[in-house]
Amino acid sequence: MTQPQTLFEKVWNRHLVRPQTADTPAVLYIDLHLVHEVTSPQAFTELRQRGLRVRRPDQTIATMDHSTPTTPRGLDGLIPVTDAQAAAQISQLERNCDEFGIPLYRLGSENQGIVHIVGPEQGLTQPGMTIVCGDSHTSTHGAFGALAFGIGTSEVAHVLATQCLLQSKPKTMAVRIDGRLHPGVTAKDIILAIIAKIGVGGGTGYVFEYMGEAIRALSMEERMTICNMSIEGGARAGMIAPDDTTFEYVAGRPRAPKGAAWERAVEQWRRLPTDEGATFDAEIRLDASALTPMITYGTNPGMGMPITSAIPNPGDFSDPSQRAALDKALNYMGLQPGQPLLGRPVDVVFLGSCTNSRISDLRVAANLMEGRKVAPNVRMMVVPGSQQVKRQAEAEGLDQIFRAAGAEWREAGCSMCIAMNGDQLQPGQYAVSTSNRNFEGRQGKGGRTFLASPLTAAATAINGVISDARELAS
Amino acid sequence: MEPITTFSGTCVALPIENIDTDQIIPARFLKATDKQGMGDNLFADWRYAANGQPNPDFPLNRPEAKGAQILVGGHNFGCGSSREHAPWALQGFGFRAVISTYFADIFRNNALKVGLLPIMVDPETHYQLVSMVEEDPTTPVTIDLEAQQVRLPDGQAISFPIDPFAKYCLVNGVDQLGFLQSQEAEIAAFEQQYGARINTGARG
Repeated sequence: MTQPQTLFEKVWNRHLVRPQTADTPAVLYIDLHLVHEVTSPQAFTELRQRGLRVRRPDQTIATMDHSTPTTPRGLDGLIPVTDAQAAAQISQLERNCDEFGIPLYRLGSENQGIVHIVGPEQGLTQPGMTIVCGDSHTSTHGAFGALAFGIGTSEVAHVLATQCLLQSKPKTMAVRIDGRLHPGVTAKDIILAIIAKIGVGGGTGYVFEYMGEAIRALSMEERMTICNMSIEGGARAGMIAPDDTTFEYVAGRPRAPKGAAWERAVEQWRRLPTDEGATFDAEIRLDASALTPMITYGTNPGMGMPITSAIPNPGDFSDPSQRAALDKALNYMGLQPGQPLLGRPVDVVFLGSCTNSRISDLRVAANLMEGRKVAPNVRMMVVPGSQQVKRQAEAEGLDQIFRAAGAEWREAGCSMCIAMNGDQLQPGQYAVSTSNRNFEGRQGKGGRTFLASPLTAAATAINGVISDARELAS
Repeated sequence: MEPITTFSGTCVALPIENIDTDQIIPARFLKATDKQGMGDNLFADWRYAANGQPNPDFPLNRPEAKGAQILVGGHNFGCGSSREHAPWALQGFGFRAVISTYFADIFRNNALKVGLLPIMVDPETHYQLVSMVEEDPTTPVTIDLEAQQVRLPDGQAISFPIDPFAKYCLVNGVDQLGFLQSQEAEIAAFEQQYGARINTGARG
């Protein structure tokens, strides 16, 4: 009888072109390579310099998202790119894809969007796959039971040229979330609570597997929110075992297997979940029923707390390095220890990013905002994750709800999550954001970010101050 | 890539924990399509004041930081994004190694790919190095990759771990992409037996 294996081990072993030895890392085969404009140009240059082709353009897909503007289309129906450097980067990706035969979702075209929204949407992301991209939030795709992780530009060149990566086997950590969420507490709150518990370095060296009753109860979009932020806990990848929820989501999507091939695929996918008796290198547990809406107060995603709490005091930390980090963070944020965040005015609310810009995120926010107005002191930006999400939202009238409330309805892209596309905070501004990073300057130089769920973002936009959506809803 | 064996230089200490890649190089500098000029924007938002002038208090701007080859950072150095621009920027400034108690996984991988040494030491040694640099920033430190040692002028030799394959490549100037290409027969054989694969819609 074979040894019981974890989900990660099954996917890892299935993709070994060559196993790891004492002297050499494993050669790992990559099923799907996602490419975008920011981390790929230097990799294509490398290929040209060496006279290499892309080995598997049919396992590679490119989209545009990071440096692309989300400003409304002009009369010509096109999205205007006014930043010369961004325009050059966008046209470079077009040239690279043309030359190397890689399919590309061009800016504004029907399938374009944030790379981690587009993959699942098209059915490209499937259980049991290895998926990489020059972007740390590639962990998102782990929600399907894929092994998916971010790589640097050198490795992008490796995969383009050979469809393989040299990898050392990571350790595994079981992240067990038992119990059930209370109303008003969401997937975003689960992952913020996990990161607050383990810190931004807690998962370094590990691949997470999220499991337990609370995870099984989540929709695919909610699972993606969780896996997306694995990297904020230091783990390159986070996985969730595929189940009927997964198969229902994938079924019928443009690039999903069809007919007999679908039946065969599902049969294989059903064998992926971690075997009874398989062991992990580490385990943490959280009780979903004890969770409340979460918000961050500092300058990394680990500096998070229940929204009803007060900002911690640096004096409470015995480790001088942690104390110094909190001091520095509160100084940057312009906050005092012991203060509550509830009731604090904000300037901007950002609903978007690969963490929370899917249709269900927009529905949750629109549901709360219907018939209400964004407070006059707040600029609210709603940025759908893809053109498809945008069309779906418009078909449901969600854009009308946001517009009527006074929010901006934008084109698809990374937008203010990365602030390299014209969407950004001004120095000193405060924002509640549904994105994934509250690092200094992440949303614009001098900008100050509170990370939270779409529900909290919507409630805050309405009240103009940081708000607990549970009170607004009742 | 040029082989890396032994080099000596001075250090700059930036003992802040969880230094993320957005601090190392802010995203607005990622619109380039080459690797040029990244060093000028290393730690841009900490290094330059609002008027664009260097902030005199920032360790990299102090006169003694000129020519430094080793950065001593706080724990979990390089967390956040996968941007290889972060090691490019550190190298562009002149750094050849970063010392910390531990590194974020993607940053460490990227650094090893481009020949920036991520050197991991225990917290006590880290504290000692930071104190040493803060007391006398002209202290020369030698890094011997072959022996996996950081050597101090008082004769102290600190051992550090490094991935054996990355070390082999760096010491011998072996190109990792070339190594992967040399596996072509195995890759082709793997694909033969692999069965159904995704099709992204590339034309034949």
